[in-house]
Amino acid sequence: MDPKYIPLPLVAPGHTNDSVTEKISHMTLEKETPRAWWLSLLIALSMAGGLGVAILGLLFVGIGLWGPNVPVGWGMDIINFVWWIGIGHAGTLISAILLLFKQKWRNSINRFAEAMTLAAVLCALQYPLFHTGRPWLAFYWLLPYPNTMDLWPNFRSPLIWDVFAVSTYGTVSLLFWYVGLIPDLGTLRDRAKNPIARVLYGMGAMGWRNSARHWSNYEKAYLLLAGLSTPLVLSVHTVVSFDFAVSLIPGWHATIFPPYFVAGAVFAGFAMVLNLAIPMRWLYRLEDVITMRHIENMAKVMLATGLIVAYGYFMELFMAWYSGNFFEQFMMKNRLTGPYWWSYALLILCNVIMPNTLWSKKLRTNTIWLFIVSLFVGVGMWLERFVIIVTSLYRDFMPSSWGYYQGTVFDWMFFIGTGGLFLTLMLLFVRFLPAIPMSEVKMILPGAEGRVKH
Amino acid sequence: MSEAGYTPAKLIHDLKELVSWARSPEPTGVYGVMAEFATADGVVNAARAVRTAGYKKVDGYSPYPMESLIHELDQHHSWVPTIVLGGGLAGFLGGYGLEYWASVIVYPMNIGGRPFHSWVSFIPPAFETTILFASFGAVFGMLALNGFPRPYHPVFNIEEFAKNASNDKFYIVIEATDPKFDPQKTAELLKSCGPTFVKEIPA
Repeated sequence: MDPKYIPLPLVAPGHTNDSVTEKISHMTLEKETPRAWWLSLLIALSMAGGLGVAILGLLFVGIGLWGPNVPVGWGMDIINFVWWIGIGHAGTLISAILLLFKQKWRNSINRFAEAMTLAAVLCALQYPLFHTGRPWLAFYWLLPYPNTMDLWPNFRSPLIWDVFAVSTYGTVSLLFWYVGLIPDLGTLRDRAKNPIARVLYGMGAMGWRNSARHWSNYEKAYLLLAGLSTPLVLSVHTVVSFDFAVSLIPGWHATIFPPYFVAGAVFAGFAMVLNLAIPMRWLYRLEDVITMRHIENMAKVMLATGLIVAYGYFMELFMAWYSGNFFEQFMMKNRLTGPYWWSYALLILCNVIMPNTLWSKKLRTNTIWLFIVSLFVGVGMWLERFVIIVTSLYRDFMPSSWGYYQGTVFDWMFFIGTGGLFLTLMLLFVRFLPAIPMSEVKMILPGAEGRVKH
Repeated sequence: MSEAGYTPAKLIHDLKELVSWARSPEPTGVYGVMAEFATADGVVNAARAVRTAGYKKVDGYSPYPMESLIHELDQHHSWVPTIVLGGGLAGFLGGYGLEYWASVIVYPMNIGGRPFHSWVSFIPPAFETTILFASFGAVFGMLALNGFPRPYHPVFNIEEFAKNASNDKFYIVIEATDPKFDPQKTAELLKSCGPTFVKEIPA
């Protein structure tokens, strides 16, 4: 076979069980914290401080600080919510769906991608929580519990489905991530020299002792969690898309929405994984466990999901024409040529033109170019939600109620603030927990299974 | 001297009693015998040899899940899937029941002329609760079956084990409660499998 068709090894040759443990636990336990880490934490915390200010302002004044108003009743709060939730989806795709498909390259990036999911879901949750204005009064219509008013949520509404989907998603992602961490926390417990660290890692490891009996239950639980997370992650963005598709607004009422939203979520999520993995790989010199093969595979997934998203854009155009519906056609014409034409043009640049450069092997194995494309995709997926939400609403059925929407300072402060929260959580994760799963990397080293001599 | 009442000396004595009652009893006897192996091949071969010799209370230890070791030790059966099924069923019935109870029994409300029992709309939340409780079953079931949290275990008394079991070494432990267990013979058998050491584990 031509050597160029033989896949590269997933862990650089020469690694042993001991060197894998050494390399990864060293990042957490012994390595001096890189200056770049402190600098990033400083930036991230200052951004997160903006979130604090934005929340306080909101609680004292009210949601009038935000931009949404008639006719654009949904603005940056739901745009950002959908954006963050979508980013989380790549983590679950890597950890669950690739596990079911026995894609062994997931083994060194899954932990890190799952942590990204958790941080993204936490950022997403800020929006539904705070868009209620007085969150402590909002629980009775978000969650079903026996309250003094004897009121119960309306289960026929996609918005309540969303509460169930997102809270389940957050909880199951946390459990999945923690189960994966248990054996590695055991390793850190056994290696930590600092007594406080040893106790804390020990509590997290719960007494894990690498017993084969335990591994047997563990592997079953892990596989089943993957099997449960797979339909779960598909359901979450499907339900998010129902928030729109179940309504009768032109531009929202479309059957393409569920698959199109799920593909877009994975697309944005892989872009974010690359945006985090490329600097981390460079900073911590992880090229031998996050190899070029991992990077290239992620680029290919991004390209494939990008093409599905592009198909979605095409279908929206096609259906507007094919439906023969006057309002649908007006909405689409308006989206392309109205006052928001720039958002659609940028969307096509970011989500259709840029990712298609990844057909070239030379470009997709160039980490700097890949990083840039991933940034474009991140922006593009934000614009996609902006286009869907704002350009479907701002020119209502009656020209007398037309309007123009833009986010206020508080909207942007909130959004940048959640970015800071996200970065802070990721930085703390990389510093204090094993970012690469040690036990799972050892599984894919040559000779890991052991053979019986006959 | 007559009755001295509850003296400080007696209090200290009682406290000591209480403390020693609360602590685990003094370790007596042996928990089992442990052998360390440097390679995956070594531990799999030893597991087979020990099982062939008829030992039942055997456990293997590896720094990552090893299908072959689990297979040799015959530890394939697990109750985790059954617990997950139970969790999933409970989640579905609980979630759907909650929706039915809230929308039909205690708070029937005509919204857009839709039936009180809108079963199609009830599917998404019930699906989510199914997944949620099945996942609880997988995680908490696995932890309970493995007896976690359990910070102390006799195997950690072996210094090399506490250091290397989670890094790069493999172990076989035969428990003293095994009917075939004999401190001498069991250790001999393990020594014949090519370990780096064989040690007795104090209980």
